[in-house]
Amino acid sequence: MAFSDSVRQLYQEQLKALQQAGIFKEERFIHSPQAADIEVEFPAGSSLKKVINMCANNYLGLSSHPEVIKAAHEGLETHGFGMSSVRFICGTQDIHKELEKRMTEFLGTEDTILFPSCMDANAGVFEAILTKEDVIISDRLVHASLIDGIRLCSAMHDTYKHSDMEHLEQKLQMYQDKRLRLVVTDGVFSMDGDTAKLDKMVELCEKYNAMLLVDDSHATGFIGKTGRGTHEKYGVMGKIDIITTTFGKALGGATGGCVSGRAELVEMCRQKARPYLFSNTIAPVIIAGILRVLEILSATTERRDKLEKNTEYWRKGLTEAGFIVKEGDTPIVPIMLFNAKLSQDFSKALYEEGIYAIGFFFPVVPQGQARIRTQISAAHEIHHLDKALDAFIKVGKKFNILHKSKQEIIEMYGM
Amino acid sequence: MDELKEIIKNYVINEYLEPDSEPIDYDTPLISGGIVDSFSMVSLKRFLENKYNIQIPDEKATPEAFDSVNKIAELVRQFVKV
Repeated sequence: MAFSDSVRQLYQEQLKALQQAGIFKEERFIHSPQAADIEVEFPAGSSLKKVINMCANNYLGLSSHPEVIKAAHEGLETHGFGMSSVRFICGTQDIHKELEKRMTEFLGTEDTILFPSCMDANAGVFEAILTKEDVIISDRLVHASLIDGIRLCSAMHDTYKHSDMEHLEQKLQMYQDKRLRLVVTDGVFSMDGDTAKLDKMVELCEKYNAMLLVDDSHATGFIGKTGRGTHEKYGVMGKIDIITTTFGKALGGATGGCVSGRAELVEMCRQKARPYLFSNTIAPVIIAGILRVLEILSATTERRDKLEKNTEYWRKGLTEAGFIVKEGDTPIVPIMLFNAKLSQDFSKALYEEGIYAIGFFFPVVPQGQARIRTQISAAHEIHHLDKALDAFIKVGKKFNILHKSKQEIIEMYGM
Repeated sequence: MDELKEIIKNYVINEYLEPDSEPIDYDTPLISGGIVDSFSMVSLKRFLENKYNIQIPDEKATPEAFDSVNKIAELVRQFVKV
């Protein structure tokens, strides 16, 4: 037996260390479809509790939309369950090409290639288009999946301070001797909810002859006047060389991702990106659902407009109640608590009040910047937000953090 | 005052630290202490190579060798007399 007692013990100790460090992740089991109101079993074995979900990436409330479910049912009937093949052997259907075409139109790019997830898109894109003669210059707060993709690529990698355009410019100057320069950023940063200054970044990339890659996973479908993404918000549609994004958040929230951008770069991915070459793509039933999502979004901006209004309402309510809220205008709304244990205790107390929101702390966010991250959805009605706000205020009073400065909270609870 | 160490320390402060960061000294663990991620050290390597007209081979530029101002200075001194 290769898995000997000593090997087992080694892993048990590692798992115990995670528990002792307070960073052991536990799942909460949801017994209902994804929505604003959900039924949760937590801890495991306990009876079901009805709570308001304030932490899903279900920004447009389409995860369980009846029309999307209907389209998925129809897709299952017409195109089957699985493909049992990768794309380039016999795993490409008409609807896969249709979705690639529709995403190209939606994002305003030249071409699109689907991946099993955006994690896979980010894992595959760098290695497919860059070599060791090139350099990648990334924002220091980009998503973990971009970091992993960059690690898999032989190009040199450097970073610039978060959203610091002067620092980015210095780095672009420093690497003028490289064959290619690729600047990498999130469109919306997932932990802080702030947006990359894409207008300025496009300007710098043009000045220093660099390509620009934006992971717009927390933006596609709802940021910008018609929901095309961060590039629409900053007026630079058509000027981003590569957009990577997900179907696992606003666009129905199932699975899948894509690389969309310059035709030659997308074609390089089709020839060389390993998660595309060596893994089945998105299942037909999911594709059928996503196609319906895009039809819904192209017909009306009603859902992203409602999300915008909900977000304003939520941010205003929290700020007036005396919480320290990270500034921004996206539906990612972090409530700063600074202390890791406080963020966990606060989350538990909210759950008791029927509100599901998660506390984040180091290493997911920087040391001393623990927080509750809330995410607003078009599925929320004002009564959901009012109930959540009442619960936040009640718990905020309990921990005595309302109308307190960062310094005062740290004095009470420590960093 | 060791000029090389001061140059390295100042670069680290300007390049990697935030205005409200804790002060560092020559022995502060930079990478293992979570102050600097190992990726970001590329720019320091390049800065030193340009400033002292040296080449630090990649196999020598390990996270361990870049973990403090003292260790970085030691590494640089292997390639140049300063």
